[in-house]
Amino acid sequence: MSAAAKALLPLDAARVRRDFPIFARPMRGKPLVYLDTAASAQKPRQVLDAMRAFYENDYANIHRGVYELSERATRMHDEARAKVARLLGAADPREIVFTRNATEAINLVAWSWGRTHLRRGDEVLVTALEHHANLVPWQLLCEERGARLRVAPIDDRGVVLLDELAAMLGERTKIVAVGHVSNALGTVNPVREIVELAHRAGAVALVDGAQAVPRIPVDVRALGCDFYVFSGHKLYGPSGIGALYGRLELLEAMPPWQAGGDMIATVGYEKTTFADPPQRFEAGTPDIAGAVGLGAAIDYVEELGLERIARHEDDLLAYGTALLSDVAGVRLVGTAPHKIGVLSFVVGDVHPHDVGTVLDQEGVAVRAGHHCAQPLMERLGLPATVRASLGVYNVREDLDRLAAGIRRVIEVFA
Amino acid sequence: MDVRELYQSTILDHNKRPRNFRVPERANRAARGDNPLCGDKITVHALVEDGVVKDVGFQGSGCAISKASASLMTESVKGRPVEEVEALFDRFHGLVTASPTGPVDASDLGKLAVFAGVREYPVRVKCATLAWHTLRAAVRGESATVKTE
Repeated sequence: MSAAAKALLPLDAARVRRDFPIFARPMRGKPLVYLDTAASAQKPRQVLDAMRAFYENDYANIHRGVYELSERATRMHDEARAKVARLLGAADPREIVFTRNATEAINLVAWSWGRTHLRRGDEVLVTALEHHANLVPWQLLCEERGARLRVAPIDDRGVVLLDELAAMLGERTKIVAVGHVSNALGTVNPVREIVELAHRAGAVALVDGAQAVPRIPVDVRALGCDFYVFSGHKLYGPSGIGALYGRLELLEAMPPWQAGGDMIATVGYEKTTFADPPQRFEAGTPDIAGAVGLGAAIDYVEELGLERIARHEDDLLAYGTALLSDVAGVRLVGTAPHKIGVLSFVVGDVHPHDVGTVLDQEGVAVRAGHHCAQPLMERLGLPATVRASLGVYNVREDLDRLAAGIRRVIEVFA
Repeated sequence: MDVRELYQSTILDHNKRPRNFRVPERANRAARGDNPLCGDKITVHALVEDGVVKDVGFQGSGCAISKASASLMTESVKGRPVEEVEALFDRFHGLVTASPTGPVDASDLGKLAVFAGVREYPVRVKCATLAWHTLRAAVRGESATVKTE
């Protein structure tokens, strides 16, 4: 079957599920219903096997060995970088910097690009949907540089008010940092439009793709963004590895942010010169096996097909939305017309943590809390929500079990 | 374990109708407690005279475990000498952090024994103990906000 024909078929989630060893283990004595993929995804055997095989057959430090094993490890690390570039639609693997996660990638940009470009009175623009990771690094930067952090507002559905965002842009705006998909509500932001608005104002644009990369096809050149970040662990890869995409021209002009081995050209006591990107931003021995695992995860989702994954999650989201809307007392939080992967909700006046504990007892793993988005929760007038988030292994029965669990919550707290 | 062993009827009752949910008249001690994990926020006010907690009340919002724990705490400590209150907290803390497989020692805990189920849920220990930490800070006259993390 051609790849194009295969892309039309629905995802066979029941079969996909068998790739994930964790589902052989019960939780609280019941078959696991995992609805916390937005926090971190479970790992398929393909990723686990690739990492084990790498350590068993190919492991050595990279970039310095003169022997075959090190050359092989270096090549595999480079291949992983090329896979990330391909996944994001980047033109050149040198535009991909490995980091620990999306958070570190944002901090890298805030530290290296931000400190060299922000002056007193300049502005950084984010939205009211941001995860703390795309908020706090900018706060610190603004504090240090005497710059101002501005926040584009949202409506009650969790949709960014584009006109207001546009009106906040001006010649003082130096960078616009926006999430591609909201981790707390699932809102998909009109990133291409926002990037265009930013550029028209003369600002650069960073997109936090932590929630988008595992769910929808991403093309950084089509989006036109200057920086794009994501985490491997949310993409069914290992924890501890993530990546920054930066336009080569920008990366080449940026100073290093951490110093050590592997990021230098020449070192002397008087003067050190630094390597070109991406090595300039990768001081010290990196998470080599993590990169190999991330590469395997990219192969895995590309084999499933990101278009199919998106359709699969859309189908589940529609099913779950209808199901929860039918349960009296449940109120969905975040009702943007364009959303994916996340069902955020509250159950009457039962505290989300109590909902989470009852669901846990039913073998259903959800997140309860502020989802690292305290200002957003405040904007919505809630201390917290319950969040069920989707992944490639979820099936409709998982959402049936969620709905049954919520009915149990209502029964207990009646 | 059935979830009702955690959410016992006494806990559900105190969650719905918290006792001493007020600022006592003539309160001379107060402290605030935050549980950033859950977003539980509580303020405990107390009237301490001659080394005795003569009156105590709380305000705030939080999950059922934290609210019921605060409510039952106020009932258990009112009228007791400060040293007894401190000792009671230690025993209560021992109850909710005990090994889930070991024996339960709920002697002298009275109604507070309903929180024995919390030991099965380590992440909820902070919910159960927030009010107690806050009360202790109030009674000791520590002014800073108590945080569970």
